[in-house]
Amino acid sequence: MLEIKNLHVSIEEKKIIKGLDLSINKGEVHALMGPNGSGKSTLSYVLSGKDKYEINDGTIDYNGKNLLELDVDERANEGLFLAFQYPMEIPGVQTSFFLKTAINSKRKYLGQSEMDALEFAKLMKSKAEELNISTEMLKRDLNVNYSGGEKKKQEILQMSMLSPKMAILDETDSGLDIDALRIVSEGVNKLRNSDNSFLVITHYQRLLNYIKPDFVHIIADGKIVKSGDYSLALELEEKGYEEISQTA
Amino acid sequence: MAATEKTIKQVSTLGSSDYKYGFSTEVDEIRPPKGLNEEIIKFISAQKDEPEWMLEWRLNAFKVFNKLPKPQWAKLNIPEIDYQDCYYYSIPKSLKDKPKSLDEIDPEILKTYEKLGIPLKEQKMLSGIAVDAVFDSVSVATTYKKQLSDLGIVFCSISEAVKTHPELVKKYLGSVIPVSDHSFAALNSAVFTDGSFIYIPEGVRCPVELSTYFRINAMNTGQFERTLIIADKDSYVSYLEGCTAPMRDENQLHAANVELVALDNAEIKYSTVQNWYPGDKEGKGGIYNFVTKRGACRGKNSKISWTQVETGSAITWKYPSCILQGDNSKGEFYSVAITNNMQQADTGTKMIHIGKNTSSKIISKGISAGKANNTYRGLVNILSKAKNARNFTQCDSLLIGNQCGAHTVPYIESSNSDSMVEHEATTSKINEDQLFYCQQRGLNSEDAVGLIVNGFCKEVLQHLPMEFAVEAQKLVAISLEGSVG
Repeated sequence: MLEIKNLHVSIEEKKIIKGLDLSINKGEVHALMGPNGSGKSTLSYVLSGKDKYEINDGTIDYNGKNLLELDVDERANEGLFLAFQYPMEIPGVQTSFFLKTAINSKRKYLGQSEMDALEFAKLMKSKAEELNISTEMLKRDLNVNYSGGEKKKQEILQMSMLSPKMAILDETDSGLDIDALRIVSEGVNKLRNSDNSFLVITHYQRLLNYIKPDFVHIIADGKIVKSGDYSLALELEEKGYEEISQTA
Repeated sequence: MAATEKTIKQVSTLGSSDYKYGFSTEVDEIRPPKGLNEEIIKFISAQKDEPEWMLEWRLNAFKVFNKLPKPQWAKLNIPEIDYQDCYYYSIPKSLKDKPKSLDEIDPEILKTYEKLGIPLKEQKMLSGIAVDAVFDSVSVATTYKKQLSDLGIVFCSISEAVKTHPELVKKYLGSVIPVSDHSFAALNSAVFTDGSFIYIPEGVRCPVELSTYFRINAMNTGQFERTLIIADKDSYVSYLEGCTAPMRDENQLHAANVELVALDNAEIKYSTVQNWYPGDKEGKGGIYNFVTKRGACRGKNSKISWTQVETGSAITWKYPSCILQGDNSKGEFYSVAITNNMQQADTGTKMIHIGKNTSSKIISKGISAGKANNTYRGLVNILSKAKNARNFTQCDSLLIGNQCGAHTVPYIESSNSDSMVEHEATTSKINEDQLFYCQQRGLNSEDAVGLIVNGFCKEVLQHLPMEFAVEAQKLVAISLEGSVG
């Protein structure tokens, strides 16, 4: 699915990622944990194609394609989804309209016809209910005056409607109370299947109690310093980043 | 390439080729020689078979025009206009003797309107909208005339009204925009060719949208639209105008005068979707759009609401205004002005508060891309007798790229202490993070810009009549993106 080799990234001359390797196969859930400034969010932006980041070295293969050659929207339409840490507000654009535009952009890219209005309404309703999102909310402008938790739920709604192949969750747990965390995690778990993959970026082990990863990686200073299974997250929780990074 | 950079580049490469109304129609035209003089004015008047008083009015306006300097207040680079190098009258030969029915109209002209999405034939007429179609200097046809006249509503070309309703024309023409207002107003008064006339009788609520579609076809020809709308006591009318022109290398002049009069408790809603040819991306060609639009809320509790979507023209110079004479009268101005490439716009409004408890609201959204310049210029003037007057103004500007300009020039004059005037203004660049977010959801950069800009304009677009709101949204996207909607 995703194969990152020897990735080096800098922003405005400052090196952020310094030789990162990561391989994610179909059906796997990987957790990426690390302290602030370790390069976690940078990796999510590089994967989704945000500008300003300079790729100094390395390759990223995504389903046999050179990911770095694809535009942001091409990556998205090829099934790569980023659940943002800070979702953007878009004033004047109704949430449901945004969802419809996103779905139809993907369908157009794949050479499919636009989704029928009724079919869309049904899909949106069922997915929104699963996440405890009210229909009233879908009529509001996208993310405008949403609480932190509402914004994160909205990200997961978009994800479940677009059913991506490779989803990156960038600190989706930050700003969530325990109930919202459970709902969001359930939403993610429902999407898991043998054909898609997840990269869950987080500070805390807490989220991983709900979304059980197959692999856990610890990133420090732009490199993956340790990889393991779920137990590594528990070990990290106990010992802290510093000790783990040193023993690596 | 960085996403934003790419978008800006894409937007800047859009040229005239994306203007989908740029075709011209082959018709034989009747045209007097170029130039502006008394003979031409007499010719126009004679062609229209006008009464003597109308000709005198025109000739007087011409005298005034000759004395007035060109208005200089706008932040526009207007090349010297050679008034002698322009045709002032042009009509298709086939329309010389006004056709009695659509069957007598040159099929080429009917096809033109069909291509523009304005079918005039009975079986294809737009439902819920009555249309007056103006081709160069003459009205081609007016739909739904019979149904409207049953309600006592007069909807016809101004040329026709001069003959059929001289008492109303004499009473109101020039009563809102005096001939001597400024030189473009005087010029229009001297040489105006066609436009719409509407009279809504007392107590009548016009059941359909009334609409005029202006088309400039002939080369080197100015179009001098004159529209007069009178809403009698307790009446209501919603009016919409659309404008397009072929792509031509030389500039063409459209100098319009539009006057609205609302009597007691009457309401006029006037919407414009202006999409004149903007010129190519180097700034060659395009329409000079010098428009004077003014509404008088003469009666108590009357209301005039202007909504405009200005996307076309090489130069737009336009300030739809309200004179709030009647107590409790209301004026509104909702505007979206988009300039791309070399386009220039200086547009805004004047709200003159005269009566007590008068209120006005101004919402202006300016969007600038390419090397374009966009200025909001507005005046809120509260006179001493306008006790308890209220105004709210909001001007937002959005910049796409770093070679364009946005300017806000609000004038506020208040002569009494009971009134309240609020002004809010913002200028922002199109937000890169918003663009990235939309693109991460699969929208290409053009669609992302269209979505965000439409969101930015929503407050204004929602005031357009339903039938046109969707079209206007597409137009907003197209004028920035070039993707054919």
